[in-house]
Amino acid sequence: MSEITLEVAIEHGLKVEEFEKIIEILGRKPNLTELGIFSVMWSEHCSYKSSRVHLKKFPTKAPWVIQGPGENAGIIDIGEGYAVAFKMESHNHPSFVEPYQGAATGVGGILRDIFTMGARPIASLDSLRFGEPDNERTKYLLKGVVSGIADYGNCIGVPTIGGEIYFDKCYNGNILVNVFSLGLVKKDKIFYGYAGGVGNPVIYVGSKTGRDGIHGCSLLASDEFDEKSEEKRPTVQVGDPFTEKLLLEACLELFQHDYIVGIQDMGAAGLTSSSVEMAGRAGTGIFMDLDKVPLREKGMTPYEIMLSESQERMLIVAKKGYEDKVLEIFKKWDLDAVIVGHVTDDGFLTLKYNGEICAKIPVKYISDEAPVYNRPYEKPDYIEKVNNLDKNGIPEPDDYNEILKKLLGNLNIANKKWVYEQYDHMVRINTVVLPGSDAAVIRIKGTKKGVAMSSDCNSRFCFLNPKRGGMIAVCESARNVACSGARPKAITDCLNFGNPEKPEIMWQFKESVEGIAEACKILDTPVVSGNVSFYNETSGVPIYPTPTVAMVGILDDVNQHITQWFKDENDVIVLVGKQNEELGGSEYLAYIYNIIKGPIPEIDINYEKRLINALLEMNENGLIKSAHDISEGGLAVALAECCITGKKLIGAKVELNVEKASAALFGESQSRIIISCDESNLNKIKEIADKYNIDFLRLGVTGGKELKINNLININIIELKEIYFNAFDNYLKKI
Amino acid sequence: MKFGVVRFPGSNCDDDCYHVAKNVLGIETDYLWHKDTKPLSEYSCIIIPGGFSYGDYLRPGAIAKFSPIISSIKEFADKGGLIIGICNGFQILLESGLLEGVLIRNKNLNFICKDVYIKVENKNTPFSKTEKNILKIPIAHKEGCFYCDESLLNKLKSNNQIVFRYCDENGDITEKVNPNGSLYSIAGICNEKGNVLGMMPHPERCSEKILGNEDGRQIFQSIIDYLS
Repeated sequence: MSEITLEVAIEHGLKVEEFEKIIEILGRKPNLTELGIFSVMWSEHCSYKSSRVHLKKFPTKAPWVIQGPGENAGIIDIGEGYAVAFKMESHNHPSFVEPYQGAATGVGGILRDIFTMGARPIASLDSLRFGEPDNERTKYLLKGVVSGIADYGNCIGVPTIGGEIYFDKCYNGNILVNVFSLGLVKKDKIFYGYAGGVGNPVIYVGSKTGRDGIHGCSLLASDEFDEKSEEKRPTVQVGDPFTEKLLLEACLELFQHDYIVGIQDMGAAGLTSSSVEMAGRAGTGIFMDLDKVPLREKGMTPYEIMLSESQERMLIVAKKGYEDKVLEIFKKWDLDAVIVGHVTDDGFLTLKYNGEICAKIPVKYISDEAPVYNRPYEKPDYIEKVNNLDKNGIPEPDDYNEILKKLLGNLNIANKKWVYEQYDHMVRINTVVLPGSDAAVIRIKGTKKGVAMSSDCNSRFCFLNPKRGGMIAVCESARNVACSGARPKAITDCLNFGNPEKPEIMWQFKESVEGIAEACKILDTPVVSGNVSFYNETSGVPIYPTPTVAMVGILDDVNQHITQWFKDENDVIVLVGKQNEELGGSEYLAYIYNIIKGPIPEIDINYEKRLINALLEMNENGLIKSAHDISEGGLAVALAECCITGKKLIGAKVELNVEKASAALFGESQSRIIISCDESNLNKIKEIADKYNIDFLRLGVTGGKELKINNLININIIELKEIYFNAFDNYLKKI
Repeated sequence: MKFGVVRFPGSNCDDDCYHVAKNVLGIETDYLWHKDTKPLSEYSCIIIPGGFSYGDYLRPGAIAKFSPIISSIKEFADKGGLIIGICNGFQILLESGLLEGVLIRNKNLNFICKDVYIKVENKNTPFSKTEKNILKIPIAHKEGCFYCDESLLNKLKSNNQIVFRYCDENGDITEKVNPNGSLYSIAGICNEKGNVLGMMPHPERCSEKILGNEDGRQIFQSIIDYLS
């Protein structure tokens, strides 16, 4: 084998000082297999080396948190003996290079993270971001990603019940595919990635190992894109949802018994990360004989075997003496299952190949003592320049009706049924609130409970003000969950940013993390899992900072779920929250005037908390019929959605005081919810708003065939409905 | 009365059908593993659930028909036992020859998951003595476009084997409300004897109040009434 030089290390994405540290750890130069192992484990994607110092700021504990960050997924207690495991992960780089397989394997990967904890995945969300609609690649990427998610999720039978899709030119060169999944587990049946018990057998199960995905995490996910990125297509893995379905069922059957001590999926960095992380958590070592690993093709080297990211594989540490029981279950499901090694007490990852030791590395140095960087950060110059909006300098439109129609037909606001009808969102028959309301709600069979979830991030806000944008992402997802009747409990996040080696990107990251941390502390919704995706840049142009937040909430009685649309004529429409006339950062300014300027809306997290508590109390007392958060497009769009998204189309007549009409109608001030109720409950609702010191504004009544707002808006709701529901189809039909 | 829900590798509506049969309708129900070869004589009705048997990589149902349990199912059908195949179950029944016709890719080439309306064309089968004539039931499939040649279509019509057809909420059958391009808007058919039914819509997905729709339950109730 040829000498490993610094050049080879650099080709592996390692830095000079990292290569020197490897030599220091080993007391010698690494061989190629060892270098490969270090390079993937110390990649940004696996080691969080640039983000770790900031992620420590997140609150991660609460009485209901069973498992916080550091495992394959976070877990919270939902009561009645059950817990839910959830996590969100990015598959951005692979999806840009190969949208169908990139997105499909993103789904596969997150599902394995969930069921490796012993939980059956019961719901997924997808948060997707594409370039401008008119960009030549956007339709290709959109169709590829959506069908990749659909084919994988539908086949394996986990409903995709919600998510978000945005288009913005900042994603022209880097799309975002963030996939969230949630699983249900009995509290006393949780499994961990833990290689305990010296002498216990290490069992490889699932698909055979092939040459796909080698260096997916180190070279693809941990570097910027340029014009040569197409050449990286071979680093994208290929998904097989059928095998994953077998693996899921076999693992869940295995979890019914007491045969194993630990299990972990082979995701990024494959066999390397699963073995190293399990041994790292247990403080043990692992020996593996690579000649025993099931291979897809002959002649694979130990380097390729250890770095392959072939999908649908898991590593299990069984209890000694129960090997045969484990193997029998996988045989029933026609899956490969092979004992490839055992747990040792020497603290080393030791690999044998062709009868010889081919790698020997101390586990704790690869897992816990990966390099940590406190990278320099600096407030970028652009921040001052983009935060000087003179609201009154923005002219008022001639026709507010036309503006509302344009906004409802804007792909960032329009209904997404073209997407969600391609996803099986009903399988497992738990979906109580289907896609198209503020948050999706599932029931938990055999209990009274419901679980609501919503993923949110306004990246334009984050670009203009990363810290407040981070706070708003948390508050909006909490509000969405509350608007379905659920109490927000915990978040997972997927932090998508540019190149962390640039101080201004690091500043965006630090600020966003601090914003999320502060909001989570006040709302008492800890961060229990998550993922960081850096290097979302192409030819030096970064995406907007996009810290996607997925909030999970609990309904103690799922029958108390609420939806966004008006239910009956002659109900009273009320705005709870402050009607500020803020225009900064709005979809209106961006879409109609092409102005990207702040200041973005104010957010008072304590107010948000009171608002959520007030709303939940109103709902628990059966006082309200609908609740809808006001977000992109402002009050006018939110009112239109209340009118047109239900089974019955119901108009509305609204009167309110306005100073600057465009800001009142289309501004995106935070902490506002539109509710509808029977007139007879109005006083009780007002009492609750007063009790929580929340603003309360009677807007008008439901009914009629038009949406009327003052003398500004007057449009037939059938027309609004057609615009809102056909925008996506029309866009895709356009050549 | 005892129901059996068949599990192929890749079935994914097996738990849903089991839940509705056992927990919602209160019928004793077993899972049946596809490798089982025992006779099915102890069962009154076999449900072949939806999903992606063997990943549907070749053609939906094309591999499942070789599973050992299929011969027991055929024997069960010959003896007059009730069999309902839903979605992938319908596809498997066609591939195994228990029903005639084919299901091809939806007209728009995409997977479609949404509520549709179906009209009960033949109320004289064990599966379709429903209270309502028009049922709202969701579909969720990519290969649900029913197709056959003219002679088979004529035969299906003259034997009253067409059980469900896609329609609008008023029962009008038009191409506009035919979600997948099925010939003659066919959503479900039975065999000549009427004891084997295949349908693309999922009645198990709308059999409980909490899910906002209980129309699907009428199909299961019809089976139970027939067997009682």
